[in-house]
Amino acid sequence: MNKPATPNSFRTGPDEQGMFGIFGGRFVAETLMPLILDLERNWNEVKNDADFRAELTDLSTHYAGRPSKLYFAEGLTKHLREVSSAKGLGGGAKVYFKREDLNHTGSHKINNCLGQILLAKRMGKKRIIAETGAGQHGVASATVAARFGFPCVVYMGATDVARQSPNVFRMKLLGAEVRPVTAGHGTLKDAMNEALRDWVTNVEDTYYLIGTAAGPHPYPELVRDFQSVIGIEARAQILEQEGRLPDTIIAAVGGGSNAIGLFHPFLDDKEVRIIGIEAGGRGLDGIEHCASMNAGKPGVLHGNRTYLLQNADGQIMDGHSISAGLDYPGVGPEHSWLRDSGRVEYVPILDDEALEAFKLTTRVEGIIPALESAHAIAHAVKIVPAMDKDQIVIVNLSGRGDKDVHTVASMLGMEI
Amino acid sequence: MTTRIDRRMAKLKTEGRPALVTYFMGGDPDYDTSLSIMKALPGAGADIIELGMPFSDPMADGPAIQAAGLRALKGGQTLVKTLKMASEFRTGDNETPIVLMGYYNPIYIYGVDRFLKDAIASGIDGLIVVDLPPEMDEELCIPALKAGINFIRLATPTTDDKRLPKVLQNTSGFVYYVSMTGITGSALADTGKVAAAVKRIKGHTDLPVCVGFGVKTAEQARVIGANADGVVVGTAIVNAVANVLGPKGEKTADPAEAVATLVSGLAQGVRSARLAAAE
Repeated sequence: MNKPATPNSFRTGPDEQGMFGIFGGRFVAETLMPLILDLERNWNEVKNDADFRAELTDLSTHYAGRPSKLYFAEGLTKHLREVSSAKGLGGGAKVYFKREDLNHTGSHKINNCLGQILLAKRMGKKRIIAETGAGQHGVASATVAARFGFPCVVYMGATDVARQSPNVFRMKLLGAEVRPVTAGHGTLKDAMNEALRDWVTNVEDTYYLIGTAAGPHPYPELVRDFQSVIGIEARAQILEQEGRLPDTIIAAVGGGSNAIGLFHPFLDDKEVRIIGIEAGGRGLDGIEHCASMNAGKPGVLHGNRTYLLQNADGQIMDGHSISAGLDYPGVGPEHSWLRDSGRVEYVPILDDEALEAFKLTTRVEGIIPALESAHAIAHAVKIVPAMDKDQIVIVNLSGRGDKDVHTVASMLGMEI
Repeated sequence: MTTRIDRRMAKLKTEGRPALVTYFMGGDPDYDTSLSIMKALPGAGADIIELGMPFSDPMADGPAIQAAGLRALKGGQTLVKTLKMASEFRTGDNETPIVLMGYYNPIYIYGVDRFLKDAIASGIDGLIVVDLPPEMDEELCIPALKAGINFIRLATPTTDDKRLPKVLQNTSGFVYYVSMTGITGSALADTGKVAAAVKRIKGHTDLPVCVGFGVKTAEQARVIGANADGVVVGTAIVNAVANVLGPKGEKTADPAEAVATLVSGLAQGVRSARLAAAE
């Protein structure tokens, strides 16, 4: 069923075929189709199942530490008000951080992993596979696999293995096997290809724990639903703390799971401006960025149709971002649909701007944000000074930045 | 409407032997060499040609075909050139069926209508698009069938009896039975299981069933061919090309000759596999 240009609700997708307008779908090899249909059946059974929900809520609370706090970033707000005054504007909105960095394992990734591991257990699977870029999803997957006693294989591009060695070690400590992928250019895209090759080979016993709201249906939907806890909490918390909805919410978009998790519960709040931040890398003029929705076009990869960085022949390009978690040439299909429908704005932030926001947040808030989250903060830094003092902005602080200190040190020309 | 595939399959049925279906990667290692390989295939005994369209992210392929695709892309191959290769081949051979095999995105970017028009003009008879299951038939399968091009579907060990009718519904030309779960170039599946699977599929369709994944030698081709309407060989051919390339991609022998030698042996294998019941 085609969606009208301006639907009554932005929260009803996907349709039965797994489509968000022209995006999404199930573009997979026949070997995987029965598995995907089986996953969809099980997902439909559990998504409204009270026992399943109760078990997930219990784990989210006592194991992962939810609800995550909604924190008034007073130091950053004060700083941006000074910037506003210096420009003669006299404004500066209040900035709140949704503190997903405080979750167990240090990012929002645990929300999705807990949900999917319960699904895997229910489906009687015996083995977990996952792909990872920076290693945050790999660590979260290895964590839930350890907690529930599953053997776990994590595919990680060889380039990423080299630049994210602390996370590789964490995964190994947690009992996972990390398989470096040398195919292609050795980044997240190649890790995902290799995970799919594993799955197509080990169809009987293996559960593929996808880390972002992308891939064949029903993954984009189920990952979104497991991550929506971010937005559901944030919406209730801001109503509690401020007595009203925010004016603007901002999140970084790689595959887009932290962003869709924050955005989805706000999609029908028309007064809330929603902004997704893509990795602008070294600028959109060249090819060193990952801004698929600003500089790519729709295509088919990894089981879904979505905006992709690709050449005129339909070959997928390797992007670039300072942040390994945003270093992916595609994006979840629901974001592509939200972009085309105009509900969400997607704008790029450059490596340098993210790095400045990283340093600023560390200094004025005493919080070291993940470089992914620093992209979202960087956009707040841009727009907040021009907003009024009684306006409110929520930024999704999707993860902590401990993992990034080596990258940042090398960007700053320091040795640690 | 019959295609070259239908006519070739009917002819082989009267001869009482299975088809040898040969896959090679278009543009590997470069356009001219690849075209010479294609031209050598029928003379060496190939009955149907699968012309691989390289893709940057071949999710269902093993290391050999991945590497072949990257070599082809590095050599400048595009979908435009792959179609040109088919039409150049057609100037000297108007009988051997050509099936394009690959992934959807390059076709989607080319534009489905434009692609089908140009494919027909280039003498293409069928398509195998790995990442288009029946659930996605509106994308390319239905338009291709309307345009008169066969859409050949893969059936796998995970395709159970309940699902087979859906898989076979819009399939034409032949059914490509992937004899095992996994990526291309993996080890050969148990031949007894393959025979049973072919029989199972034949219970649902009158289309010829060709079997692939893992066939590397003439003996394997003979054994598989005894129970199927066709034997597909891919990775072994791609490896024959790779084996005559040096570390920098330089040719140490003629790839077309290397492929022809391999295919001649495989052709003897299928020719010695009499169909038990050529019904």
